[in-house]
Amino acid sequence: MRANCWEGTKHVRVENVPDPKILNQTDAIIRVSSTAICGSDLHLFNGFIPTMEHGDILGHEFMGEVMEVGKKVKKLKVGDRVVVPFPIACGECWSCKNDLWSLCENSNPNAYIAEKMMGHSPAGVFGYSHMLGGFAGGQAEYARVPFADVGPLKVSDDLKDEQVLFLSDIFPTGYMGAEMCGIKPGDTIAVWGCGPVGQFAIASAKLLGAERVIAIDRFPYRLKIARERAGADVTLDFQETNILEALKELTGGRGPDACIDAVGLEAHTHGMQEFYDRAKQSMRLVSDRISAVRQAILSCRNGGTVSIIGVYGGFDDKFPLGAVMNRSLTIKTGQCHVHRYMKPLLEHIEKGHIDPSFVITHKMELEDAPVGYDIFNLREDECLKVVLKP
Amino acid sequence: MGIDISTETGTDGDWSPARPRARARTGNRVTAEAPVKGAPDHYTETGRTEKDPVTQFLGWFSVALGAAEIFAPGGVARAIGIDEDEHRALLRVYGLREMAAGVAILSRPKPTYWMWNRVIGDAIDLTSLAKAMKNPESNTAKLAAATVAVLGVTALDIVCATRLARIGAEDVGRDEGSFELPKGNDGQVVVGASVTVNKPVEEVYAFWKDQQNYPRFMSAIDSVKPTSERRARWKIEAPAGLSVEWDAEIVNDTPNEMISWRSVDASPVQNTGTVRFRRAAGERGTEVQLEAEYRPKGGPLGAKVAEMLSAIPKTQLAMDLRRFKQLIELGEVVKSDASAVAGPHPARPPRQTEMEARQ
Repeated sequence: MRANCWEGTKHVRVENVPDPKILNQTDAIIRVSSTAICGSDLHLFNGFIPTMEHGDILGHEFMGEVMEVGKKVKKLKVGDRVVVPFPIACGECWSCKNDLWSLCENSNPNAYIAEKMMGHSPAGVFGYSHMLGGFAGGQAEYARVPFADVGPLKVSDDLKDEQVLFLSDIFPTGYMGAEMCGIKPGDTIAVWGCGPVGQFAIASAKLLGAERVIAIDRFPYRLKIARERAGADVTLDFQETNILEALKELTGGRGPDACIDAVGLEAHTHGMQEFYDRAKQSMRLVSDRISAVRQAILSCRNGGTVSIIGVYGGFDDKFPLGAVMNRSLTIKTGQCHVHRYMKPLLEHIEKGHIDPSFVITHKMELEDAPVGYDIFNLREDECLKVVLKP
Repeated sequence: MGIDISTETGTDGDWSPARPRARARTGNRVTAEAPVKGAPDHYTETGRTEKDPVTQFLGWFSVALGAAEIFAPGGVARAIGIDEDEHRALLRVYGLREMAAGVAILSRPKPTYWMWNRVIGDAIDLTSLAKAMKNPESNTAKLAAATVAVLGVTALDIVCATRLARIGAEDVGRDEGSFELPKGNDGQVVVGASVTVNKPVEEVYAFWKDQQNYPRFMSAIDSVKPTSERRARWKIEAPAGLSVEWDAEIVNDTPNEMISWRSVDASPVQNTGTVRFRRAAGERGTEVQLEAEYRPKGGPLGAKVAEMLSAIPKTQLAMDLRRFKQLIELGEVVKSDASAVAGPHPARPPRQTEMEARQ
C-alpha cells in the first residue's frame, strides 16, 4: 500500500509499504477514506519529538471502512464506517475504566522509553514516535487499529467524512480544553492559538456557555475564521497588541477567568523572548518554546484556570511557577481522552449544533501529503487544515 | 546463591523482603543508616562515612610529605641523606603521587584503592632508599633512619588497606543519600519490579500458580514444564546448542500472598524468584511485586546464558511485568508495528518474513 512516511526533519515521503495485518486478536484493519494532518504532526515534521525513526508512517487522525477484524472483535463488523480516536486504549485497565483513555496502561509496548522521559507512560498513539508505541499511522491506504471494540466510533452514512473526521482528535481536544476551564455563566475565556484545535476550543467554549471568548493569533486569516466561524467575540493579533495589557483592558483589569493554550511547543512570540526561546530550543537546551503558556499564566485572573492542550515534549525553563503559586492558579492539561467525548460530540454534529468541516482549507490526494505538510507548516495559502484522500 | 529463601516464609501481607544482609558491621563503621520514609523497607539511606583516626592520620601524613617533596625537595633530600641536586626532580614526582594519595584518602568515602596506592608508594620509597644506600655519596646513617620510618608507615598502610578492603564494598563508599538495591550475599543485585493489575488477587494468584504461564510474559524464558507437584523444568532455547534447562522447585506458596521458587542444587543456572501479591487499596485491583535472580554457573555456556538473562535486568523485569498485566487484563500481549519485530523496526507494518524471524 501507499503511506506517508517520516524520513527526517522537514522530510516526508509517500512510499510503498507492506499492507497491515491483524497482529492481535482484537485488531481491525481499516481502509482509510479520509485522514488529516494535525498541528502536532508538524512537531514531528520539524523534528521536535524524540524517538522517531526513518520510515515511520505518520498520521493519527483518520477514518474509514472496516475491512477485516480479529477473532476476538465482537461489536465491529466488516463494512462498518468508523472514526478512529488517536490514543490507543484497551478499555480494561484502571485508567480506561476511569475514563482516562489517553493514559491507558496497556497500549504502549514501549512504555519503558516513555517512563525514562516522563516518569510514567501515557497510552500508545498512532504514528507518533516510538516512545508512544511505534504504531503505524493513518496517513495511508490501510491502517491496523488495535482494540477495535473500544476505540472506533461507528458513524452513519448520511454524515460526510469532513463532518465527522475531526472526532478523531482536534474537536474532542478543543472541547476538552474548554471543558477543563469549568466555564460558569459570565466567564471570559482567552484562547491562545487559532489553529484547528484553537478553533474548536473557541467553538466549544461558546457551546459550554462562555459569556465572551477572546482569540489570540498572529495570522489575520485565522483570526477571521475564529471570529466568523468559531464564534470568537474578540480577536487579538499578538504581533500588533500587547496581549497582557489588552486582556486587562478587556476584563476590567481582572484578566480572563480561564486561559486555553492551544499552541504548544513551537510557540511564536517576538523580541528578546522569541530570540531566547529559539536559541535554547535549537541547541536542544529546552524541549519546547513555551511563550504561549507563559503569557496565558501571566494573563489569567487570580484563582483562574490555565488549560493546556497544546503539545509539549519535555523539560523547559522560564516557567512562571511563581505566578501559578502566588495567584492560586489551577493548571489542567492532558492528551485528550478522546473516547470520552466522541459520542456526545457526534450528537452535537448530528443535531447541527456544529459542523466541524469549517476548519478545512485544503483537500488533496494522499500522494500530495508532502505538499500538504509544507504549506501547513509555512501557513501558506491561508492554510488551516489539510485533509488527505488515499 | 545469595538468598536464603527459607527466611522469607510466613509473610503476612508484608512484602518487604526479609533478606539477611551479610554485612560486616565492624567497629570503625560509623555510617548513619536510616530508613527512608515511604520507601520499601529494604531501601536505606546512608550518611557520610567517617574514617577511623589511623586512616585520617595517614591521609594527612601523605599530604604533608607530598607537599614537602614538591615544594622543598632539597630539604627532604638533606633530611634522608641523599644528594639533593641529583634527586630534586624525582622527589617532586614522588611528592605528586603522595599528595594525590593523601587527598584521595581524606576525601573518598572508601579509599581502599588509595590506601593500597600508598602501600605501593612505600615499596617504591623503600626500593629507592635501598638503591641510595649503595651510592657512596649518601649519608648511610640518615638513610637507615629514613628506611626504618618508611617501614613503620608501610606496616600502618598495609593494616589500614586490608581493613578497608575487608569492610566490603557495600558497607562504605556510597554517595550521600543514595538508595541501595537489595543484594545477595555475593553482591549480585537482585532486581525487582512492581505493577498494579485491575484484577482480584485470587485471579492473579491463580495465574502465577500455573508456572506454564511464565514463558508467555518472561521474555528470556522459553518454557516452564511442571515435573511434579512442586517442581518444574525451566528452559531457555538458544541456537548452536546453547539451550539450557534447569529444575526449580517452589519453596514457598502462600495462597493470594506469595510464591517463591528456587533452582535445585546442581542446576546449570541458579535461579530464584519471588512474586508477592497485595490487594490494592480503593478497589484498584492487585499489586504484584516480582524479584528474580539468575546466575549461570561459569563456562562459555554460562556466559552466553548470562548475556541472554541480564542485558538490562531491571528494565527487563518491568517489561515482563507489563506483558503479564496485558495478559491478565486483555488475554494477549499487545503488539505495535515496531514491537512485533525483533530489533529496531520503523512504525510500519512488518513483512511476514520479519514476523517469522521473531519466532
